[in-house]
Amino acid sequence: MLYREAGDFKTSYAKDQQTFPIAFDRWGYFITIAFAVLVVPFILNDYWSNAVILPFLIYAIAAIGLNILIGYCGQVSLGSGGFMAVGAYAAYKLMTAFPELNIIFVILLSGGITALVGMLFGLPSLRIKGFYLAVATLAAQFFLVWLFNKVPWFYNYSASGQISAPERSLFGFVVTGANAHPATSYLFCLGFVFVMAWAARNMTRGANGRKWMAIRDMDIAAEIIGVDPLKAKLTAFGVSSFYIGIAGALLFAVYLGAAEVGEAFGIEKSFLILFMVIIGGLGSIFGSFAGAAFMVLMPVLLKNIMVGQMSWPTDLASHFQFVIVGGLIVIFLIVEPHGLAQLWRLAKEKLRLWPFPH
Amino acid sequence: MQDSYVTADGRTIGATVMEMKNITLRFGGVTAIKDISFDIREGEVRAIIGPNGAGKSSMLNVINGFYHPQEGEVWFHGKRRHEMKPHQIAKQGIARTFQNIALFKGMSTLDNIMTGRLTHMKSGLFSQMAWWGGAQAEEVANREIVEKVIDFLEIQAIRKTPVGRLPYGFQKRVELGRALAAEPKLLLLDEPMAGMNVEEKEDMSRFILDVNDEFGTTIALIEHDMGVVMDIADRVVVMDYGKKIGDGTPDEVRNNQDVIDAYLGVAHD
Repeated sequence: MLYREAGDFKTSYAKDQQTFPIAFDRWGYFITIAFAVLVVPFILNDYWSNAVILPFLIYAIAAIGLNILIGYCGQVSLGSGGFMAVGAYAAYKLMTAFPELNIIFVILLSGGITALVGMLFGLPSLRIKGFYLAVATLAAQFFLVWLFNKVPWFYNYSASGQISAPERSLFGFVVTGANAHPATSYLFCLGFVFVMAWAARNMTRGANGRKWMAIRDMDIAAEIIGVDPLKAKLTAFGVSSFYIGIAGALLFAVYLGAAEVGEAFGIEKSFLILFMVIIGGLGSIFGSFAGAAFMVLMPVLLKNIMVGQMSWPTDLASHFQFVIVGGLIVIFLIVEPHGLAQLWRLAKEKLRLWPFPH
Repeated sequence: MQDSYVTADGRTIGATVMEMKNITLRFGGVTAIKDISFDIREGEVRAIIGPNGAGKSSMLNVINGFYHPQEGEVWFHGKRRHEMKPHQIAKQGIARTFQNIALFKGMSTLDNIMTGRLTHMKSGLFSQMAWWGGAQAEEVANREIVEKVIDFLEIQAIRKTPVGRLPYGFQKRVELGRALAAEPKLLLLDEPMAGMNVEEKEDMSRFILDVNDEFGTTIALIEHDMGVVMDIADRVVVMDYGKKIGDGTPDEVRNNQDVIDAYLGVAHD
């Protein structure tokens, strides 16, 4: 009853093209944002921030980035972990080389550098598609991790081979390093998530999004209606890597604080983000959030149930956690191959008519 | 260059828009098109017919730059066209539809037709990110043109439906809409009526004639239904085994002995 579009008439094309055409959705969106900004910072504690909220926000950015590439432009990539590493190491080098540089610029520049690297590794996509492209991007993953391990310049010749984020503050609040308050780190990441999700939505609903989707759905027809495949694919790789680079920079600077490339940005990270995108729903910004939430929350939830409630030993619980999460992914893909976003869409279609479906 | 003339139904046929001169196209050892020349004049409906495998679709692919002929020249608007990529040719104002529907399955009807406007949309990536200034105004302006196309093709009701869910006849219509949205100077239609029933064929013929009549779009089409071709085409090229065997008005072509032989077969003695 509440959720309805009857009587909600659009009188201009601009109104018809808005992101949330249904009033109920629009209000839901505003309330979520108000809750996230006005309430969450005050109830946030260290555990929630570190275990759930920060990884969720940071991975959501990465998932949006990968979704632009795979879900919108149809170019499969397994190099996300490597590109996150580029973002992280770029942030580290910038922070240590230019200590006065504002942390926001550091993060944005890291994204920009990753975008360039991503476009470079996106060049093969002009010749190869599908599985073959996936393998080519896999090469990027291994090459980048190897590079950051082998060339000491990237970790400033530190003995441990690790990079660690120096303390930086924004408007007098510490955002990186050990002294950052959870609420500050949270709001810092939330700001990035908000702006980037909004920009992603705008890009994908406009001309660029249509170019990408045209390439995804039928590249020959796309070329014949005037889409330059080279430009469309390279912008997709560039934008996607920009997002993933920013996620990598945030993961390193704000969340982890210190990182070792093989451990933090290995192939598992690529798969983790790929799972988020597939489970959340290809070609959906909301799906990226849903997928990130699923992949971040599920292990925490299972651990809490198995260790906290049932008092299993930790090692047994952590092994079971892999089994259960893996099983859930398989079940999920069988039941709803189009992901959480599709479930949400179906629920909305049902709700529109509820409780009088005829 | 010929003088313009007025057809019996009052349309003006102008000067030559596109001229194919001695086109030969080979795939390895197979010659798909052998030394074919013909022209397309402004405002006319030009049909290309011929039995299966005659090289008709290859001819369209040459016109919109998907294949590059080994020999011969393509002249467009009085200038020789050098080898170009298909997306560059699209920007010159040549749009087409496909024999097997080539819609973007994951997108709605509206988005599919909006893709036809891409060659007219200039706003940059950053403007689109912000949805400010240029991007939104451009989106709305192009939406208005697309809505005109939707009205013209009478597909208002399926505006927001994903095209994958549409029946075949509608998909063909959406594909025509996508080509029309580009406001092409030359519209290429590859079997626009394949697999349609009589009623759908009548609708499609009406749309093709209306496009030609109202917007003055030059049309080149491939079609197998002879009744339709003879009714709507101004001039017809007949191909067989990659060669041109006839060219002229429907009446001339109908009475051409080579064409009759190609279609009905000829007795070998």
